[in-house]
Parts: sequence; C-alpha cells; structure tokens
Amino acid sequence: MAGVSTVHRPDSAATTRRGEGLIEFLLRASAAVGIVTTVGIITVLVVEALFFFVEVPPVDFFTGTRWSASILPYAFGVIPLVTSTLLIAFIALVLAVPLGVLAAVWMSEFASQRVRLIIKPILEILAGIPTIVYGFFAITVITPLLKATILPDLGTFSALSAGIVVGILVLPLVASLTEDALRAVPRGLREGSYALGATRWETVRRVLLPAALSGIAAAVILAMSRAVGETMAVVLAAGTNPQLTLNPTESVQTMTAFIVQISLGDTPTESIQFKALFAVGATLFAITFTLNLISAWLVARYRNVYE
Amino acid sequence: MSSQTTTRRKVANALFGLLAFLAIFASLVTLVALLIDVVARGGSSVDLQFFTSAPSRIPAKAGILPALVGTLWVTTLVAIMTFPIGVAAAIYLEEYAGRGRWSRLLRINISNLAGVPSIVYGIFGLALFVRLLGLGRTVFAAALTLSLLILPVVIISSMEAIRAVPPSQREAAYALGATRWQMVRRALLPAAAPGILTGIVLAVGRAVGETAPLILIGAVTFVTFVPVNPFEDKYTVLPIQIFNWAGRPQAAFQEISAAAILVLLVLMFLLNLVAVILRARLSRTIQW
Repeated sequence: MAGVSTVHRPDSAATTRRGEGLIEFLLRASAAVGIVTTVGIITVLVVEALFFFVEVPPVDFFTGTRWSASILPYAFGVIPLVTSTLLIAFIALVLAVPLGVLAAVWMSEFASQRVRLIIKPILEILAGIPTIVYGFFAITVITPLLKATILPDLGTFSALSAGIVVGILVLPLVASLTEDALRAVPRGLREGSYALGATRWETVRRVLLPAALSGIAAAVILAMSRAVGETMAVVLAAGTNPQLTLNPTESVQTMTAFIVQISLGDTPTESIQFKALFAVGATLFAITFTLNLISAWLVARYRNVYE
Repeated sequence: MSSQTTTRRKVANALFGLLAFLAIFASLVTLVALLIDVVARGGSSVDLQFFTSAPSRIPAKAGILPALVGTLWVTTLVAIMTFPIGVAAAIYLEEYAGRGRWSRLLRINISNLAGVPSIVYGIFGLALFVRLLGLGRTVFAAALTLSLLILPVVIISSMEAIRAVPPSQREAAYALGATRWQMVRRALLPAAAPGILTGIVLAVGRAVGETAPLILIGAVTFVTFVPVNPFEDKYTVLPIQIFNWAGRPQAAFQEISAAAILVLLVLMFLLNLVAVILRARLSRTIQW
C-alpha cells in the first residue's frame, strides 16, 4: 500500500496542481473583467471626447451657457445641460431624503419584525420597477395631477415633474442605505439613551441620527449620483429643450436626455453632434464617478467606527 | 421633571412616529397609484392579438410580438453570459484573492462599476461592440452591453451568498483533504447556490427593464418582424417599445404603452417568483 501511494502521489499531486492552477487563472480572469470594463469605459470616453475637443475648445464646452446641437447656429456650452441635470436631482433629493430617512427610521426603530417583513419587499418592488415605467407614470399621472391642482399653466414637460418622479425612484435607495447605517449603530448606544429615560424620538434625534450621519450622507450622495445618471424617466418627463434656467416649471434637457436625443435620430457618426454625445457622456461619467467615490469613502468611515 | 414636559415629550414622540409611518405610507400609496394607473389604462388592450401582432401605425392593430421575442433573446443571452463569469469572479474575490492590495482594488472597482449610469454602458457598448468589433446594432451587441451592466450586481450578490457559508463548511472540506477547488465545487457552491441563483435571477430582471443603453445599441423603434438571428437581425425590446409609444401624444398609443408595461411588469414578477421558489427549494436541503 505504502509503495503504491509513493508511486502515485507525486503524479496525481502534479495533475491536481496543474488543474488547480488553470482554474485559478480562469477565476482570476473573470474577476479582471471588471477592471477591463472600467479601463475600457474611461478609454472610450476620453478618446472620443478628444475628437470633439479638437473641434470645440474645452473652454467653450465647460464654460459656455448656450447649448444648441440641432438648430443653427450650433453652440456647445454644456452648462445648461449640467444645471438642468442638477436642478432635477435637487428636486428629487428634496423629496426623497426626508421621506427616505423617515421611512428608514420607522423601519429600523418603530416597526415590528412582522411589519418590516411586509414593508421591505414592497420597497424592493419599488426599487425594481424599470425607470421607463416611472417616466410613463410622470406623464400620465404626476404632470396632469400638478396641472389639475397647483400649477394650471404647467406644460407637458417640466423639470418639476421629472424631479418628483426621480425622487420617487431614488426613495427606496435612500431608505435602504439609511436603514443599513442605522443598523450599524451599536445597540449599546440605543440602550444607553433609553436607560437615561429618552423617548424613541429623542433617541433617534440625539443619538441615532448623529451616529449614523456619515452613512446617511453616503446614501444621499449615492441617490444624487443615481438622479444625475437617470435617463428614461427624465427624457419622458422633462423633455428635450436645452435652456439655462432654474425655473422648475420649464421644459429642460439633461445630459442623459441629450445623449438619448442624438442616439434616436439619424445623426451621422462623423457629425459634431455625435462627437458631442461622447463629450457629454464623459462629463456625466466624471460627475457620477466622483459622487460614487465620495459615497464609498463615507461608508468606509462609518464601518471603521463601528465594526 | 414636571408632568407637563413629560406629556410634551410623549406627544413629540407620538407625532414623530406618525410622521415616520406616513413616509412609508407615501411610498406604498405611490406604488398602488402606479399599478392602478397602468392597469386602468392598459388592461383592456392586453389580449391575444396584442401578443401576436407587430407594432403598427394604427394603435388598435399594434402588438408586441417582435419586442417580446427581442426581450427574450437578450435576456437569455445575458443570463448565459453573466452566470459563469459573475460566479467565477465572486469565487475568486472571496476564496482566492486574499485581502491584499490587488483584491481591494478589484472590490472597489466592482462597487464603482455598479454605480456607473446605465446610459454610459450604452455609450461604451456602442463604441466597442457595435463599432470597433463590428457586431452592428444586433441582439448580440445588446446582450454583451447589458451583461457588462449587470455583471457587478451578479458578482456582489454572489459574493454575499458565498460569504454567508459558515467557515466550518470550508474547514471540514479541507480537513478531508480537499484541494481549494474541490472545496469550492463540492462544499461551497452547493451551499451558496440558493443565494447565488436568486441574485442572478434578480440581476437578469434588471436587464429586462433596462432601456437607456439599448437606445444607443440601436434597438430601433419600428421593427415589424420577429428577430431570428441574434448576430444579424435588427431588433427591439419591450422597454424600447414602451418608450416609443409613451412619447406619442395620442391617448390610444398611451393605452397600448400601458399594456406593454403590464406585460413587462408581469414578466419581471415571474422572474422574482422564480427567484423566491429557487431560494426556498434549494435552501431546504441545507441544514447547519
């Protein structure tokens, strides 16, 4: 027996090792797909945007206040697209942050386990509904509702309607990330507060919210990133009228809506408009990427404190 | 402490509880309103003819057959492509990569990718798959693009499922003399399967509803035939069809748009149901 095993062991061990090596290589290659994707996205955006910047100086693009890609004289100042995007994101956050944080507080501090088991899936359903459906909801319900109640003069497309629907869309995100942050607060802090005779509301306000602050900030920033990159709901609700305005009742065009507009038409790929698509895409990517990094940094901070 | 302050504190507490409850209630109302709106507008348009016809300039004759087939094509290809790569990447990150610099970079990168707007994936797919690799505006190019889009989601959920397997399972396998891969294949994957599969089904559900990237990959809006060859044919998908109809001013088109949304939502609901059933069935066999 011993002889057999000494004969066989080196051989079979070698085979196993070789097989293991190949498998590890394949697994490693799969994990590297993510790196390749990131490098690919950045390369494509930078290279294609450079073709645009050969024709339009970066200074004109980043500081110009007029955007006209389809009507002569053409102008490619990105500021109207950026301000419209931020206006809609701002309206969305005004709606989603208070509601989302309150919802999270209710789920983590007030609701019983049974109720939470019902509410959580409902929020997950809301988060899973395709954004195109929210866009449809904006034009068939939100805009008509606003017209019928407080803003009779509202047009078919408006930043307000878009902002509201994007707010509804990011609410589940704010709620679930805030809940995570609240849950990361150690029990001891809650118990200490209750032991001092604080009510739930006092505990939430004086202990939990301050303790979870960086987590909540991370949630808000990630929600902002989602709102900035949101496309279909915004295209349907806000329209495609690039103008520099902070008036929420106006029809505006976001960065994403411009990209969609160019892709839908028969724009020739050599045209300046098509090149502008990549420059706007690169700007959008830079903004959302920065926001995501800040959010990840904030999450890492609260994890370091409590875990 | 006077009883007056106590009362005030109690009232403040009750008011806050009510306010927090109302916040949750508002989102429930929105969900219900959204569903009622879609059903009321589109319910009556969903009939057999709607499933078997192509889009038409006459709303009453229009149907979703090409879009539905396009969606099934894209979804199937996405599932086939993301499953092996996503699970392999998750296994690598959880079991092989350790906690060094390289692995930290991979992890940060994946969570960053999950936050890239979907339309940016569309731009990337357009430049890489459609133009550079010359795949054209086909189902295959669309499936590749959406695969990259949901891959981070698949990897993250698979990693969570793998992490949830108790270390004792790994140690037991190693104690029996298993190599790392034998441990992964015989001990880890069977135990993590319910979580992994649930995550994949949910991620694929996300791909079903994606619209923006496919506008760039040329899911052209007026396709009257059923795509047969994923490498050659023009195609459209349900969300694009919805977008096309929703943008028209006539009420009749909005009705069929709502009808198509209903079909899309039912499709996603079925996928979620599959996920729930898979999780229930597979996890019944595991006990620790």
